[in-house]
Amino acid sequence: MTPSDVVPMIEFKDVHKYYGDYHALRGINGTIRAGEFFSLLGPSGCGKTTLLRTIAGFEDISSGVIMIDGKDMASVAANTRPTNMVFQSYAIFPHMSVEENVGFGLRKDPRSKVEKAAAVAEALEMVGLKGFGKRAAHALSGGQRQRVALARALILKPKVLLLDEPLSALDKKMREHMQVELIKLQRQVGITFILVTHDQEEALVMSDRIAVMFDGEIAQLDDPETLYRRPVTKKVAEFIGTMNFIPATILSEAGDKVEIDAKGLGRVTLDIAQAPAPAGEEPVVGLRPETLTLLYDDQKAAERETDGVIDEVIYFGDMTYYDVYLGGTDVEVRLSMRNVPGRPVLDVGTRVRVAWSPSALVLFR
Amino acid sequence: MKKAPILKGYTLFYLLFLYGPILLLPIFAFNDSKVVAFPLKGLTLNWFAEMAADQNLRTAAKNSLIIAFSVASISTILGIFAARASVRYRFPGKAPIMAMIMLPLVLPEMIVAMALLVVLLSLGIQLSLFTVIVGQVLICTPFAVAILTSAFQSLDRSLEEASLDLGETAVSTFRLIVLPLVMPGIMASFLICFTISFDEFIIANFLGSGKPILSVYIFGQFRFPAKVPSMLALGTVLVLFSICLLGVAEYMRRRGIAKAGGNNSGGLQ
Repeated sequence: MTPSDVVPMIEFKDVHKYYGDYHALRGINGTIRAGEFFSLLGPSGCGKTTLLRTIAGFEDISSGVIMIDGKDMASVAANTRPTNMVFQSYAIFPHMSVEENVGFGLRKDPRSKVEKAAAVAEALEMVGLKGFGKRAAHALSGGQRQRVALARALILKPKVLLLDEPLSALDKKMREHMQVELIKLQRQVGITFILVTHDQEEALVMSDRIAVMFDGEIAQLDDPETLYRRPVTKKVAEFIGTMNFIPATILSEAGDKVEIDAKGLGRVTLDIAQAPAPAGEEPVVGLRPETLTLLYDDQKAAERETDGVIDEVIYFGDMTYYDVYLGGTDVEVRLSMRNVPGRPVLDVGTRVRVAWSPSALVLFR
Repeated sequence: MKKAPILKGYTLFYLLFLYGPILLLPIFAFNDSKVVAFPLKGLTLNWFAEMAADQNLRTAAKNSLIIAFSVASISTILGIFAARASVRYRFPGKAPIMAMIMLPLVLPEMIVAMALLVVLLSLGIQLSLFTVIVGQVLICTPFAVAILTSAFQSLDRSLEEASLDLGETAVSTFRLIVLPLVMPGIMASFLICFTISFDEFIIANFLGSGKPILSVYIFGQFRFPAKVPSMLALGTVLVLFSICLLGVAEYMRRRGIAKAGGNNSGGLQ
């Protein structure tokens, strides 16, 4: 997206929420763009669900401003907000049929019965439940309930669809299937989707942008790739994927360059972009397992290489993970290799050469 | 299961002791003799005919039905408010308030009845069916609250939020979502309160001021040996009536919990 395409759908301005003495949201700022698939990601208790519920209007905020489509929501009740929600429990009305559930939000719609029935049928078809209208709601499987919940929310054509951990109750296969379906659905309807999840993989797969939350604050708000490659704190780096942390000493900092000495890797010069704002911690450099490569036979490293000894081999079929001691030190890193032909799985104790790239490092300090 | 003949025998004896006397009711109600004693003399429906012809008994039955219907209605409505509030809202003094509502379950009814009588008399309020209703509502409300609390608890809160989210108001949500889903609990509460009120004696006796009320009337008639067989016939009818009501109530309660997708907890298992 170019900046001129960016239309804000939801804006948070210093949003705080207290439950008694408990400070659940601590100054949320940020913008969710129109038409994007946005995720609120964080461990349980980080405030992500609370934030979602403040958008829906189920929770009042203690201070700050929430705007939806340019309007302040302070005095707008949940039942008149341009948002609809898919609940974690799906909240399918058990005493109604599938079509009664889906058509529930159309009760006050001035359209004729026939037109409403057509809208319900269309919504059911969109979520792949064509012909399920007469079924009793309690006779549905988990995946079907979720589709009904989606159809029920989307039939009102909201500006924003809120999804509260919608996939957490499904098994792994179904979850992966629904992830793709949700992405397709979002592209098809063009509505802003806001997903709450504690599953970092799910957030990376589905989102245009992700807000990572810890302790009631947004730690980082970025697109998945930036979040993965350039986490701004060690905590974000640990939460998303796997990252190796290697103790380092900062030798000099001048202009847009930082020179460090990382244990086992040696002297490296980093770009200032690889060193997010200091947090007052012991300096460490982080690097992802897939940015390290084992060198076979007479292969040469494109940039830098370091000697090592394999300490552990974890075989995954398509991948092998190696834990390697670097350069005769006690620093152990995990690296991953695809098991492509001509690349044998190595044994514990093998002396290896590890290739790495200075540009893949991130410095936390 | 291991064999435990002593425990089995004990259980059997215990059940016989509890229910044996009730089994004697229908036996003597159909027995062709004014004396309630073995050996049985022969089959008759006379006692049922005599019961049906008793004008005072009809008045008493009518009053009892009025009282039971009123008590069940009022207790259930109060129970809905209390149960809803206790399940859904947090407010200061909730625990002591709920404890006070439930207290009549364990208070000796005799004490409650005497205290109410003293207060009503000192306020100069005439004893009537109304005073009986007031007293029995106090006794029945805890039962209603207990039943309805379980009904409201098995209701997923996000159902109400979903309804609000889809554009309904708090009032229409209560009507469209909450009420239909707790209706079986409401019916169960109504029927159980009805049964309790219908059988109730102490408050009816203290606060009824001699008005013919079924439980009090039966107690009075037992003084006359000639009346005993027809009272046994009446008892037979009432036992059947109670069993039917409780059966319907329990069925409603279970259906409600199953409908709301919850697990059965409490009530008659």
